[in-house]
Amino acid sequence: MENAAKTESTHPVPPSFETAPDRYRHFRIELDGDVARLLMSVREDEPLCPGYVLKLNSYDLGVDIELCDAVQRLRFEHPEVRTVVVTSGRDRIFCAGANIHMLAQSTHGFKVNFCKFTNETRLAIEDACRHSGQKYLAAVSGPCAGGGYELAMACDEIILIDDGSSTVALPEVPLLGVLPGTGGLTRLVDKRKVRRDRADVFSTLAEGIRGKRSVEWRLVDQIAPRSRFAQVVHTRAHQLATEAKAALPSAPGPQTGVVLEPLSPTVDGDTISYRFVHLKLDRTHRTAHLTMNGPGPGQAVGSAEALHQLASRGELWALRAFRELDDVLCRLRFHEPLIGLVILQTRGDRAEVLAADAALYAQREYWLGREVLLNMARVLRRLDMTAKSFFAVVEGESCFAGSLLELLLAADRSYVLESPEVKLATGTLNAGALLCGNGQTRLGLRCHDQPARVDEILRRGEAGPLSAEDADKLGLCTVLADDLDFADTLRLAVEERVSLSPDALTGMEQNLRFPGPDLSEGKVFGRLSAWQNWIFIRENATGPQGALTSYGRPERPSFDWRRT
Amino acid sequence: MTVELFEKIPNNVNLSADKRLQRALEQWLPNYISWWKEMGPDQFQESDVYLRTAVSVESDGWAHFDYVKMPEYRWGIFLEPQVPGRTIGFGDHYGQPAWQEVPGEYRNTLRRIIVTQGDTEPASVEQQRMLGHTAPSLYDLRNLFQVNVEEGRHLWAMVYLLHSYFGKDGREEAEAMLERRSGDRDKPRILGAFNEPVKSWLDFYMFTMFTDRDGKFQLCALSESGFDPLSRTCKFMLTEEAHHMFVGETGVDRVVQRACELMKETGSNDPQAIVKAGGIPLDMVQRHLHLWFSLSEDLFGGEISSNAAEFFAAGLKGRYKEDGYSEHTGLNQFYEMPVPSEGGKIVMTQVPLRNAMNEVLRDGYVADCQRAVDKWNRTIERQLGERGADFKLALPSRRFHRQIGIYGMNAGNYFDPSGQPISAGEFESQRSKWLPTDSDREYLKQIMRPVTEPGKIAGWIAPPARGINGQQIEFEYVRHLPA
Repeated sequence: MENAAKTESTHPVPPSFETAPDRYRHFRIELDGDVARLLMSVREDEPLCPGYVLKLNSYDLGVDIELCDAVQRLRFEHPEVRTVVVTSGRDRIFCAGANIHMLAQSTHGFKVNFCKFTNETRLAIEDACRHSGQKYLAAVSGPCAGGGYELAMACDEIILIDDGSSTVALPEVPLLGVLPGTGGLTRLVDKRKVRRDRADVFSTLAEGIRGKRSVEWRLVDQIAPRSRFAQVVHTRAHQLATEAKAALPSAPGPQTGVVLEPLSPTVDGDTISYRFVHLKLDRTHRTAHLTMNGPGPGQAVGSAEALHQLASRGELWALRAFRELDDVLCRLRFHEPLIGLVILQTRGDRAEVLAADAALYAQREYWLGREVLLNMARVLRRLDMTAKSFFAVVEGESCFAGSLLELLLAADRSYVLESPEVKLATGTLNAGALLCGNGQTRLGLRCHDQPARVDEILRRGEAGPLSAEDADKLGLCTVLADDLDFADTLRLAVEERVSLSPDALTGMEQNLRFPGPDLSEGKVFGRLSAWQNWIFIRENATGPQGALTSYGRPERPSFDWRRT
Repeated sequence: MTVELFEKIPNNVNLSADKRLQRALEQWLPNYISWWKEMGPDQFQESDVYLRTAVSVESDGWAHFDYVKMPEYRWGIFLEPQVPGRTIGFGDHYGQPAWQEVPGEYRNTLRRIIVTQGDTEPASVEQQRMLGHTAPSLYDLRNLFQVNVEEGRHLWAMVYLLHSYFGKDGREEAEAMLERRSGDRDKPRILGAFNEPVKSWLDFYMFTMFTDRDGKFQLCALSESGFDPLSRTCKFMLTEEAHHMFVGETGVDRVVQRACELMKETGSNDPQAIVKAGGIPLDMVQRHLHLWFSLSEDLFGGEISSNAAEFFAAGLKGRYKEDGYSEHTGLNQFYEMPVPSEGGKIVMTQVPLRNAMNEVLRDGYVADCQRAVDKWNRTIERQLGERGADFKLALPSRRFHRQIGIYGMNAGNYFDPSGQPISAGEFESQRSKWLPTDSDREYLKQIMRPVTEPGKIAGWIAPPARGINGQQIEFEYVRHLPA
């Protein structure tokens, strides 16, 4: 386990993405039966690297990692919690958003990754609200701006203090010449259904909107004066909890939480090893080999109790392996910007994967079964949204079955060795339990040209593993090559891939990964990667006289007025 | 509302022909009067008060004296006459014609500036509403009410700008200023010092001395504004503000004089002897001075401020007497200030001038306050001669007891009155020496007994040097007092 202490780097990235409540610097969780309070109290003097101060509850990646961890642990460790009240632990400030000075000193690539990570945590909040029966209530007790309001919008409901001065605001455009683009603009109109002309007014009003008008415009759901604020929040939190319990009860089984144990990978030079996931970096070729191992025997549990026991001992493969995958994806994104291509491989016993998947799926009405499935789906979506090329490589020892087959389906290409030992296997979880961000199955996206094939593949899969040849016929292989050609074909493909423009590849992959209709989730990622961060690198924002550069300085910005 | 009513409002903005302003006032005026009756001076609404009313901006018109019942006071709307061809005097728009209409790009910022300034006006009336019951003389009672009605007029002045130049949300902001209440937990006034209670007449004199003097400097800075109507409005307000500061400065002076007289009478320098004699000892005066000076300094805003830079750059808020500077862009210049840094050390730091504009304005303020303090010290000298050598009132360091900015206690910074960094614990242990205590307040409450007989004065304060508008001190400045 690495030391999470501050590095001397000027790059605001931590060595590890793991944390735990007893190590939080900026958050505090208070539990009260079915209501939890998540208090944000950012320590000004503890940024991830020197160069900026986290004033006014502004955040950097270090703060965000804690939020992500808190959201995750509230689901797994505190299933009794049905409402999470997100609020500020500081007087007269809710959250001022992402720290501007941190952004100003960061590279473009870091900013995109930071925004993505931030939005993924917000999506996890929305996922909890929608699918876990764990509601989020933003109790906004002071000014709430930019990313602070974006965070509030990720919650189901927002209660704003009505003290004559506290506002919600998206001041990025008028104040900084950038976008509230980490979902802010999209959630405003798509989620909160703020009329688009009002959204336009709101997003150009640096001081924001307070009081009655914030309710009229749907920017918040309710306002309450200071003297009654705590009571109103308390009452609504308990109402929401009661509603959530009624709407999504858990099937019988142990209702106590399971602790998410540390992953503590071994980092040795260019390899990172977890229990089930291994990453080997080949820096010379700017590639990485990511191998995920299937479960051993004993995972096909027959009851909620058995599932709970496995998870409590930290031995539930579906939970542990996908948590590891999640962690390694974060490391790849933030620590390894030069790695352009990830070779996805799997090892293990296909039958064990399918049995574990089926047993888990059988517990989908039980809270823990549901949470494990939802987590697998979120991790796979993190993979979908990672700006690296993914090639799945299928050989004799491979184990692309069920939930692990999703890795192949998520990959940009699949290279399959033509050999009798090579098999692919579909299973229960390929049929709709692990959806992409656009609401589609990965199998459906793979067969978007022939939708009828989805059923055909699933039906054939029920009868047993697919041979390489059959998989190819069914459209699951990009390249099928025999053992004479395979190694060379793969080598050439890899070398070609890493020679292409990394920017063009990122754009191309994101365009191609999600054919067909899109949802807000996809819109947000697309827009934050393209619009928001394009604007960030433009002269009008970060040039010598750009608005972001000038913010807080004596000079006022000067714009190039040409519209693009 | 009838046309006649508009005609009764003294103004030089052609109100009788301005339909937009009439419509706005029609809504707002009744609410203003209700606010005045609810939150204005408690129980003195039926008294006749010898008040100054501005009826025009001509030299004979701005100080018209007569008895008037406060709710019937003729609040008016006055701007200094327009200077033809006026140009913007500072910032990025230096030398361009001053704006007669609000420039769109600065609309929200200007509105915020005006609302913040405007909000302080009714706030002070609310803070002072109970003081009428304990006035030391009719002269002082009248001065209190003069200050109150003029704060009301200053609210009108800001509301005029909101109504005339900011459309619908200007009207909403004008309404909101009647809805907030000083010290209210749910609807507090915007700035901190305006939510502090003004409990005693010593607080009142300190408030008009120090807090209204912040007002003077803010108005001076805004009277430099490139937005001409704001500039002209603030210039006229300054003439009235001068009286408020006179009330404070002479009020404290009279308290000091009385303390010295009692020291002579009792032959004792012991504060307890002065208390026994019913006066306000100088150490208690000093504690109140510490409090109100530091609270008022906060009103200038942070020492290093991007807002201040923006306001100056945009030509919205200038420096005190901007004309006196030779350079008006404020670019490529620095202001050196002591900044607390790691380990409690204070390091002299070069701050870009534009970002230091609040501090530049505060410099002028501190100097102006020092001038008054010197005057009080001369009173002590005059009264006590050699014996007064140990008694000097002094402004604390501007780092002392601050709530905001780089010296703010909210950032964990504590300083003694001389500006030396100390720990929070040390500060707390000395608090009762440096700042008003509960027993100070209790004592002041005890001695603040109303004196309502013309020409008579409470025992804790010396009489004024002269009356108002050439009247005798014995003049009946307020008639028909509540029973």
